[in-house]
Amino acid sequence: MSERHSFGVEPITCHAWNHDKTQLALSLNNQDVHIYEQNKVTNEWKLMHTLSQHELRVTGIDWAPRTNQIVTCSVDRNAYVWRLDSDGKWKPFLAMLRINRAATCVRWSPEENKFAAGTGARLISVSYFEKQNNWWLSKHIKKPIKSTVSCLDWHPNNMLLVVGTSDFKVKVYSVYIKDIEDPAPATSWGSKHVFGTPLAEFHNSSFGGGWVHSVAFSGDGNRICWVAHNSSINIADASNGNISVTSLKTQFLPFNNCMWVRPDSILVAGYSCCPLLFSVNAKNSITFVCKLDSSQKKESGGISAMRKFQSLDRQAKVEVNTSLETIHQNAITCTKIFSGVNGNVAKFSTSGLDGQLVIWDLNLLESSMQNMKIS
Amino acid sequence: MAKNTSSSAFRKIDVDQFNEDAFKEDEQDFRSPPAGPDENEVMSFLNSYPFYFWSWYSSFIVHSVLGKYTEALQTVLRNAPLGSRNQQVKDSALNLTLKVLLSIKSSQMEDIISTLDTDMVDILMKYIYRGFEIPSERSSGHLLLWHDKVYAVGGVGSIMRVLTDRQKA
Repeated sequence: MSERHSFGVEPITCHAWNHDKTQLALSLNNQDVHIYEQNKVTNEWKLMHTLSQHELRVTGIDWAPRTNQIVTCSVDRNAYVWRLDSDGKWKPFLAMLRINRAATCVRWSPEENKFAAGTGARLISVSYFEKQNNWWLSKHIKKPIKSTVSCLDWHPNNMLLVVGTSDFKVKVYSVYIKDIEDPAPATSWGSKHVFGTPLAEFHNSSFGGGWVHSVAFSGDGNRICWVAHNSSINIADASNGNISVTSLKTQFLPFNNCMWVRPDSILVAGYSCCPLLFSVNAKNSITFVCKLDSSQKKESGGISAMRKFQSLDRQAKVEVNTSLETIHQNAITCTKIFSGVNGNVAKFSTSGLDGQLVIWDLNLLESSMQNMKIS
Repeated sequence: MAKNTSSSAFRKIDVDQFNEDAFKEDEQDFRSPPAGPDENEVMSFLNSYPFYFWSWYSSFIVHSVLGKYTEALQTVLRNAPLGSRNQQVKDSALNLTLKVLLSIKSSQMEDIISTLDTDMVDILMKYIYRGFEIPSERSSGHLLLWHDKVYAVGGVGSIMRVLTDRQKA
């Protein structure tokens, strides 16, 4: 149901998979990105490459499946595009983000001809490759962002971007770049396609609270889901002509990630250290389905009275089991699709502050858990 | 050499004022602040209690007493001036809410909380935490009971919203 992989005690800031999921890129809360390959027989992870070009902590990694390029961004205000050279080494190309604060997140567009980076400089930097000069250029979206961009996601049509910011807002922008591509037909979010046009804006809460931690377009691009620090899950739906927003204030700790696993099911994960499944009905009302982590707290080895008093006598302390009931022992910070596509996910991976990477199989979980029904 | 002091005053320096593009909150962004609950209305709910006390039917008594308290609490929560910038309005609403909370017995709490929607539960949690800040005699113990019951309904999520929401009690 779930495979656990440990990469030491350091937190895993973020991770990304290559196209056939044989290689894994991750950053252990420092300036390096490590690329691992799993030995199919022993299941051990072997360190293949270390991408060390950043000077400060890496905040985002994304691996383009078709063009096999890795983009990384960091607190040092730079982003690099890495390409595998003919001699088998990853070579960095600097992307001109032109920012004066940290880059916080980065994502390839679905066509993989551009990528967007969210920054602490209150702007989004959308980069594209200019063949003439053989470098990555960027365009900025500045208005009307008033705070750090904490997360972003691409619409499947390659032209729209949704971003979440730490001033409690979610915004949709057109990111059509006329130098490199033809305009896409109008979507349910609007027909304007000039670069940087804001198409929609949502407040996280009418009580004004909560940094937006993660945003996600649905598989068909008509719905947006976002999660924020006030433990809420929200959906904006544009499929019926006018945009409607629904929100659920949950009883749990806040979520860091959200993902559409089915057209009507959302997976969220965060500070509760456990992925949770929520379902969305036709009216966009969100309901809790179940926790995906069914593991039970381990019995503390059946501490006998004798052992208890022995340890009291020898070490002057009582053995206390401080492990959590969940597989992850600390907050989950990154969630990626392992097999399947956005809106139809079969397996997904989570990584967190406990240095673990866990791969979850939704189909196996569904057949093993009684109360779990993925719509 | 710098002297090692325990002074923490430097933490209160507003460094953002020297930054020309410091974040400013939109005032019009938030829900327009209500004027706060009507004190007479709420007090009339609370004070109507003795009249029912002498009624013959005991079940009727319990029901209406509970009903009056429920209405009093719902009135203060529905009209909570959380978005108001007038501290006086907020303070008087807080005092009134605490008065309602402290006059409800622990046995009645669960029934009353069950009538509230999720937004009201969150607002109630905000008032409970605010009440902890200004303790009066025996108020904290009673508020802890409230906290226990509200936590059972709202979970840690409602505490998160006390911490994150800009509209405080």
